[in-house]
Amino acid sequence: MKRWAFGLVALAVLAGLEASLRGLIGAYNYQVLILVGINIILAVSLNLINGFTGQFSIGHAGFYAVGAYTSASLVYYGGPGFRALTSFLPNMAQNAVLLLLGLLAAAIVAAIAGLAVGIPSLRLRGDYLAIVTLGFGEIIRVLILNINALGGSRGFSGIPQLSNFFWVYFFVLITIAAVHNLVNSSYGRALISIRDDEIAAEAMGVDTTRLKVMSFVISSMFAGIAGGLFGHFTMYLHPNSFLFTTSFNLIIMIVVGGLGSIEGSILGAVLVTVTLEAFRGFGAFRLVNFSVLLVLIMLYRPQGLMGSWTPFKMKQRAAAAK
Amino acid sequence: MGILDVRNCTKTFGGLVAVNDLNLSLNPGELYGLIGPNGAGKTTIFNLITGVYTPDDGLIELDGKPIQRLKPSTIARLGMSRTFQNIRLFQTMTVLENVKLARQMHMKQSLFDAVIRTHHLKEEEDEIEHDSLDLLKIFNLDKRAYELALSLPYGSQRRLEIARALATHPKVLLLDEPAAGMNPQEAIELMHLIKRSRDEFHITVLLVEHNMKVVMGVCEKIQVIDYGETIAVGTPKEIQDNPKVVEAYLGGA
Repeated sequence: MKRWAFGLVALAVLAGLEASLRGLIGAYNYQVLILVGINIILAVSLNLINGFTGQFSIGHAGFYAVGAYTSASLVYYGGPGFRALTSFLPNMAQNAVLLLLGLLAAAIVAAIAGLAVGIPSLRLRGDYLAIVTLGFGEIIRVLILNINALGGSRGFSGIPQLSNFFWVYFFVLITIAAVHNLVNSSYGRALISIRDDEIAAEAMGVDTTRLKVMSFVISSMFAGIAGGLFGHFTMYLHPNSFLFTTSFNLIIMIVVGGLGSIEGSILGAVLVTVTLEAFRGFGAFRLVNFSVLLVLIMLYRPQGLMGSWTPFKMKQRAAAAK
Repeated sequence: MGILDVRNCTKTFGGLVAVNDLNLSLNPGELYGLIGPNGAGKTTIFNLITGVYTPDDGLIELDGKPIQRLKPSTIARLGMSRTFQNIRLFQTMTVLENVKLARQMHMKQSLFDAVIRTHHLKEEEDEIEHDSLDLLKIFNLDKRAYELALSLPYGSQRRLEIARALATHPKVLLLDEPAAGMNPQEAIELMHLIKRSRDEFHITVLLVEHNMKVVMGVCEKIQVIDYGETIAVGTPKEIQDNPKVVEAYLGGA
């Protein structure tokens, strides 16, 4: 019961903020806030596979792109027909249903892509996943560049704007809750056991291949949702939004925040996104300054800002035991 | 037919015959020792039984079911558990979580339960926590249940590995040199612990060990191998008097 009450309050707060925020902080800050939210979804989901399961994926942008283009093309090509069919609904309701359908498709297609990439590469122990995901990210980008129906290298324009602060942060909350619950269940324990010692995990009856694929598919699915939210906010997609550097920025977020810490991923996503925006004033020196910041963080907090989740958890549990 | 049967198993690595036409049979409830000089093939046999390697030839049966082509996790689910020669605990987990993980395979919660955190999941978690703490008490580890596994002293880490292996509710428990690195006092305590585990959990134990005091003190039946082949099987007394065994260990006179 308490959880439902909390959910309703959260929805009310989000709706209130959505109504007032743009006027309060201006369009630019509002856009940065949206970007922060999308990056939180991406970082938290990437942390599930890189931080908790201990497998190194460096192609998260690929699944992000799959989701973005799936949702955008579905709504772009199918949207008018849908609106004609449901003309009895008010416009707002049509928008919401259309967005949710687009995101559902984005999640499903990204999850299928995750399954296709994960099954062959996660059966093996070692760094195969890194190589395969790196390749996958580039293949998806080049593929989109060459599909005319998706705008090719001109970019995909004319996507209806359906997502906003409310929807982005609604899915931020869902992502955080889902990943948090998953990691704190028996599934989460099994994922962490794979990270700690795959051979021992297997000997304790943990089907390591199945769980690695499961974690990878869930991670890809959330990246797909983030992609859908992104396309329906910016109204324009270009393959250059999904470069290798996008994947890399996400890795920076989770490493800076602390691998295997959800709080860390959130903090990392906020910090990296905001810093990259704030440093725009430095012009050509923007990335130099950004790199200096990263070097300093890694020198003074090599385990990431939040460290691993365990110390916090331990204190909590030790207290609970007493 | 025993609870664990290895029949005519052979495993080669390139030109090296690590295990040659080996037979091994454990009766239910037995404490069985497997000994042999360094490089005799003991660890290879462990890896064959637990599914890490697939034998080139031969049959391995657990409780009548052929398991030689199954994955380690599937074999574990069928009732085989093990400890490792070099300790392999989940270091970033607490002592309690290590044991809870081993219960994993018997849990009924679905992915849906986990993500939504249903009532069913909470009940099952509580039950398992309770269970695991009871098990840790037997191993005198309950006081440190909430500490990281990594922070335990060496002897306790060894005990935790055995506790974790027992938490899977195995039919057969394989112990790979559990007394390695223990002082004489700890080794004696370990012997009592192995016997007690067998009696309380009604399991069959296969023990590989270099510490002869432990092997002779604990095992009811011992099999000696050298160069991947069996050279003697018998009671501790018979093994000690066997001239072939003396030769394998001390070299020909």
